[in-house]
Amino acid sequence: MSSVPKSLKYSNSHEWVRQDEDDLLTVGVTDHAQTMLGDLVYVELPELEGSFETGQEVAVVESVKAAADVYSPVSGEIVEINELLLENPQLINEDPYGKGWLFRIRPFESELKDLLSADEYSKVVASEAH
Amino acid sequence: MSMLIFEQSQQDRCAAAQQPRDVNVTLDIPAHLLRDDQPFLPQVSELQAVRHYTRLSRRNFSIDTQFYPLGSCTMKYNPRGVHRLAFLDGFLQHHPLSLDVHSQGFMSCAYELQEILKTVTGMKGVSLTPMAGAQGEFAGVAMIRAYHQARGDVARTEILVPDAAHGTNPASAVQCGYKVREIPTDADGNVDIDALRAALGPQTAGIMLTNPSTLGVFEEKIQDIAKMVHQAGGLLYYDGANLNAILGKVRPGDMGFDVMHINLHKTFATPHGGGGPGGGPVAVSERLVPFLPTPMVAKVGDAYRWLTEKDCPQTIGRLSTFMGNAGIVLRAYMYARLLGKDGMHRVAEFATLNANYLLARLKAAGFTPAYPKRRASHEFIITLKQEAKELHISALDVAKRLLDYDFHAPTMYFPLLVPECLLIEPTETESKEAVDAFADALIQVLQEAKTDPAILKNAPHNLPVRRLDEVKAARELDLVYKPVVE
Amino acid sequence: MPFIPHTKHDVQTMLATIGVDKIDDLFDEIPASLRGASLASIPDGLTEMELTRLMRERAKQDSDLLCFIGAGAYEHHIPAAVWDVTSRGEYLTAYTPYQAEASQGTLQLLYEYQTMMSSLMALDVSNASLYDGASALAEAVLMAARSNKNSKNYRILMPRTVHPHYRDVVRAIVGQQGIEIIEVPFDPRTGTTAVASLQKYANDITALVIPQPNFFGVIEDVDALTNWAHEQKAIAIAVVNPMAMALLKAPGQWGKNGADIACGEGQPLGVPLASGGPYYGFLCCKKEFVRQLPGRIVGRTVDADGKQGFVLTLQAREQHIRRAKATSNICTNQGLLVTASTIYMSLMGPQGLRRTALACYQNAHALRDVLTAIPGVEVVFASPMLHEIVLRLPQSVDTVLSELAKFNIQGGYALNHVYPELGNCVLVCATETKTSADFAKYAEKLQQVLSKSKGVHAAFEKKTLVDCEKGV
Repeated sequence: MSSVPKSLKYSNSHEWVRQDEDDLLTVGVTDHAQTMLGDLVYVELPELEGSFETGQEVAVVESVKAAADVYSPVSGEIVEINELLLENPQLINEDPYGKGWLFRIRPFESELKDLLSADEYSKVVASEAH
Repeated sequence: MSMLIFEQSQQDRCAAAQQPRDVNVTLDIPAHLLRDDQPFLPQVSELQAVRHYTRLSRRNFSIDTQFYPLGSCTMKYNPRGVHRLAFLDGFLQHHPLSLDVHSQGFMSCAYELQEILKTVTGMKGVSLTPMAGAQGEFAGVAMIRAYHQARGDVARTEILVPDAAHGTNPASAVQCGYKVREIPTDADGNVDIDALRAALGPQTAGIMLTNPSTLGVFEEKIQDIAKMVHQAGGLLYYDGANLNAILGKVRPGDMGFDVMHINLHKTFATPHGGGGPGGGPVAVSERLVPFLPTPMVAKVGDAYRWLTEKDCPQTIGRLSTFMGNAGIVLRAYMYARLLGKDGMHRVAEFATLNANYLLARLKAAGFTPAYPKRRASHEFIITLKQEAKELHISALDVAKRLLDYDFHAPTMYFPLLVPECLLIEPTETESKEAVDAFADALIQVLQEAKTDPAILKNAPHNLPVRRLDEVKAARELDLVYKPVVE
Repeated sequence: MPFIPHTKHDVQTMLATIGVDKIDDLFDEIPASLRGASLASIPDGLTEMELTRLMRERAKQDSDLLCFIGAGAYEHHIPAAVWDVTSRGEYLTAYTPYQAEASQGTLQLLYEYQTMMSSLMALDVSNASLYDGASALAEAVLMAARSNKNSKNYRILMPRTVHPHYRDVVRAIVGQQGIEIIEVPFDPRTGTTAVASLQKYANDITALVIPQPNFFGVIEDVDALTNWAHEQKAIAIAVVNPMAMALLKAPGQWGKNGADIACGEGQPLGVPLASGGPYYGFLCCKKEFVRQLPGRIVGRTVDADGKQGFVLTLQAREQHIRRAKATSNICTNQGLLVTASTIYMSLMGPQGLRRTALACYQNAHALRDVLTAIPGVEVVFASPMLHEIVLRLPQSVDTVLSELAKFNIQGGYALNHVYPELGNCVLVCATETKTSADFAKYAEKLQQVLSKSKGVHAAFEKKTLVDCEKGV
């Protein structure tokens, strides 16, 4: 069973979101997603200062046999990207909720709508196993 | 381990007799436009080159040496005589821009192939220029687009594609500027008719289908589907990948399709060449004839002439520098002549016989067909979902172990919607003995999975290399050899 | 039965195992109204001997021509070993190397090819080939459009000195994707693209296409063109004859920073003319563009024992995985032609390739000299050239070429249809395969045709017109 930290919010499309003290959000892909994809070999990150709508394609993660789009869980502006991933995409496999974060985004709306709690996301993962 | 050709190279060595004589010329080209370094090409003798590449060839599987049950690839025998005759001087030395008067031999073959393809597909026009299936698809969808535009019907922005389709279908539709909408498949492997009905509308430009589908079964309601799509104002594209299943028996034109491509390297036995060349002629119904890609061959009296953009003002244009893969067209023509009208329908009959026989043998041995209620077409799918769960082996493990038994692996993990699947296509040119030997090997591998799964997990064991590290290959890209500087 | 090995007994046994009575029963899921296609118009089958006779007759119709046509396809000597080895069943009848362990021969060869081709272009990486030169240029244009983040409008500058068929193909392939192709006129005196003439387009350019040598056989000032492109933050796309790159500066060496992408027709490197195909397109680029490079790419890696091996890599961008989001819909490369080319380049080496280019240069100049000695035959562009040249004729170029054809001489490619502004011009080519005797024969017959048709010129043109009308 993959790990789903209680402190984070999630999207149906397997992104996690962490609300930071400076009101910015850190976004990554979940442990479940990285397990399904397998060893990652490449990450395409958004450009700094780019604006994205909720659900818009914002990044791509690639394994040997699959490439998956990452969708922006909120609408906002990209303020930081994890450049370490460009050389070391395996960080997502090794530490999806830590060193494997993808980008930080400044949300346009202060309230986080439509995101899932850890429990709700666990149900999504469980339902996919069938 | 096999040395690279570069590791056998020595400065100043060369295949002297194969090279032109040295000439002494003064160049009037400005010095800054001349090359002042030497490209990194091998410097070897003729024997070294011949031995190196002959030895490398022996590290390949091929139809000439192994049985290739690759689903949806139609790896049938490629007649030697056809290859030899394509090397006749008059064909080989012939410049593509020769005047028509110097091209009548080649053009007569191309023209007759156009006619043969019209007959077996039930279509009204054929262009031979697309150089592969994917280019045929592009041409087909571009014609659909041109047709709607010519009628001023510009609101059609969507192409429908079943979820089981080849990956090239959605990719080609996107290259033509369309949005792609996927249509689900029902439990028996047919297009989900209700979902299709819901998806059709004034935005529908067309649908791309293959029949029999990539699931190895015949789309029984094809005539209803054609009617529904046409009523919505859309056109039907037939992906000819599976034409071998129905060649000479059923014609896509009769099913209601408007446009299709034909994979000459599958159905018409031209060699795959380790990944190309292919050939992807397109055939169309009456209403799409004006849009066919150029050039094509026309017959005027007893003479043949090229049709170009001038003759076909509504054409979608030119897709290759000259007329496409002419040598492949020539080979396909010769194969069609060797088969003749009697041989043509036997292709589908015996391809189907081999597939159903193999399926029956595997079923009897305990394998699970993906669509147990259905007849196999020229190919079928078995799913190893159960085995994966119980024995912790994957379709990949089975495929790799088959290599040890000197059989090429079937197509794996395609179509994507059947878990742990093997798509198996034996083709009509394989004997009963070959099909039996493959069945025996697969049964043996299943037995090994139960008694010694590690032997599958670590397979292959008997090939020049063992399983390769694809993750390393992708993370640490090494695409070009660089000599170690001493 | 041709190519079907089943005996009657086999068929009976197999049907019994399946549990049906006859083969037709296997088609029972197909609606009856669809079954039974008529093949009446298809001829009866032939034996191999009969087919051989037929094809020999047809090949003979197109045989024994003295060819001076180039225009994108070039007659070079191909060492016998090239196609002898390439025709081995293990190359000829192998499938795409998806099962890497069973395809190390093809994969290693492709890795060697990538090495040779990138070096010939002086660029970092090469793919494993595309369909042909024109479609490779179309893919290069799409690649530039995906890569150039500075440009918002997808505007590609395409000189008219690029092969007209390449321009047609690019339009047909990329036209559907909102990319604008802007044709740039050439300098009528030099037959080249002048940097000054580009200046008026200098606003948000995605890429500039730079041919070398160009369609007229003329050498372009590629340094200046590449620098101009980079000053505009545009991508420089080289479209070159690979044979010429043994002699001329290679794309990666152009200007201050080198061209970004190079593509072209691989045919001159060991592929026979064969009525136009199969050939192969090559596509190379700087390493920062590798993720946008379409088609198959081979990488070197290790196996479970740490032994060297080769695999297809970067496949996640391809259509069979990425489907609608793939970099391209391309699924084949031209593996067999690349096999021939790799063996050809091994036999030629850097020296043989350079010698071939030099011999072409020498022959083309010799041909120019004998032909322009004929009154009224003139060189059109005052520029350095490699192995092709544009000549102006004193009479209708179509008529002259038809008359030469009667002597089995292919006098060149008529330019009046594609470049009407040039008048009666022909593009003539001489490769290393031609001799001074060939040039003399061409000159003699050309002189004969020109002097003869002076008198009958008008009558002949009338007759062709009538023929044409009959034809349509």
